[in-house]
Amino acid sequence: MSPQNALELTDLSFAYGAKKALDHVSFTVASGRCAILLGPNGAGKSTLFSLITRLYDSASGSIRIAGHDLRSAPLKALASLGVVFQQTTLDLDLTVRQNLLYHAALHGLDSRTGQRRIDEELERLDMRHRDQELVRNLNGGHRRRVEIARALLHHPALLLLDEPTVGLDVPSRKALVDHIHALSSSGKLSVLWATHLIDEIAADDAMIVLHQGTIKAKGDIPELLALTATNNIHDAFEVLTSGRPQ
Amino acid sequence: MNLRPSHYLRALKGIVWRELLRFVHQRERFISALVRPLMWLFIFAAGFRSTLGVAIIPPYETYILYEVYITPGLVGMVQLFNGMQSSLSMVYDREMGSMKTLLVSPLPRGFLLTSKLLAGVAISVIQAYVFLGIAWLYGIEAPVEGYLTVLPALILSGLMLGALGLLLSSMIRQLENFAGVMNFVIFPMFFLSSALYPLWKIRESNPLLARIAELNPFTYAVESIRFALYGQANPEAFLVAAAALALFLGGAVWGYDPTRGMLHRKSR
Repeated sequence: MSPQNALELTDLSFAYGAKKALDHVSFTVASGRCAILLGPNGAGKSTLFSLITRLYDSASGSIRIAGHDLRSAPLKALASLGVVFQQTTLDLDLTVRQNLLYHAALHGLDSRTGQRRIDEELERLDMRHRDQELVRNLNGGHRRRVEIARALLHHPALLLLDEPTVGLDVPSRKALVDHIHALSSSGKLSVLWATHLIDEIAADDAMIVLHQGTIKAKGDIPELLALTATNNIHDAFEVLTSGRPQ
Repeated sequence: MNLRPSHYLRALKGIVWRELLRFVHQRERFISALVRPLMWLFIFAAGFRSTLGVAIIPPYETYILYEVYITPGLVGMVQLFNGMQSSLSMVYDREMGSMKTLLVSPLPRGFLLTSKLLAGVAISVIQAYVFLGIAWLYGIEAPVEGYLTVLPALILSGLMLGALGLLLSSMIRQLENFAGVMNFVIFPMFFLSSALYPLWKIRESNPLLARIAELNPFTYAVESIRFALYGQANPEAFLVAAAALALFLGGAVWGYDPTRGMLHRKSR
């Protein structure tokens, strides 16, 4: 079965006590697309990611990853998911390869397959020659590359990126942004990318604008511009998140 | 789709392997885990050498020196600290985010937490044996076969104390709160047990304290180790420790459950 959508969120709400963090959020990420989840700080992006990764569970609404319902078939859904969290989640005192082997084991890859895929993914990111280095000795950009390699080891259908370029210098950021777009344009991988940096968006990305826990707009870039009667994403984003009439 | 038994086995292997690697990298942790009980053995116990008087208590068949008495208790201490140490590293992992990597892997949470627990136990058993080895060089010798029969007891007490650590880690909000754990969990558990003095001795001076020590699961961990080290079984101690293990582990799995657990209240 080749599901139409890599990710389907339906009517998702979540609250911390009385404070609503997400309010009836619904959107989809089509297979092979790169979708940008754009929102200012505090919009609910992190909460949304915690729900998609099942770190939290929401009583209302549903999440389907590659056609698998996260509540009724959590293991299949999680197996289809690769994640790069905002914070680095590598073991600093282990080598690059040891970190990746650990991940391969968690995803049940046998050691030969694991080693082969580690070689492939590191090769793609030009990190193959540094596989025996301790992560502690890598700079921020290289750590990010390792995390992206790690998220792709088990060949997920959907890659989640939570502001992955935070703290990177300009060249590392550009390299990473280009790499992710190249991955999704190969058509095999769908990406949901949370960011508040407009210059990371490519022309053919799908857009989801989240503000104060609700979806303000979704669609392709021309649709967004038409909706807001603006001629660039920056202005469109301003209009959508400032509360001014559209 | 890869949810076969081999997946579980590989994941378990990976989790234990990672924990061992981290342990090897943290030599200070290993050394301090040993120095603590050795200080008790070499200094504290030396001062109280003949304090037990002339009573013979099972599993011992003769009069024993105090050093001999507290050795199993100190093994328990090694494991108690190890359990708390892994709990601390869980809280740390959660703050640093590497816990997320574990929890988003496609395996049931109960299995992931149990694997984490087993990894901690492997380290705890290694430490216990190193301590017993040093004690042996110091002259505290149990029967040779005792070093084999003690293994199941070490595993059980390691599991129980590790599960307690897991449970605590699911309840502790932040790393800073860990000092409280030291004061309110480790010290009372250690001092209000049969680790440092036999229960009859406590009862002589204070029946209430003896009663509390009888309710302390750590007492049963220590007694399991003590009897097993002398080639004897103590079914009561074993069963109580196993029941405590089930209780603590159940609580920990509950605490980490995404629907009911405390993770989201904490991570704001």
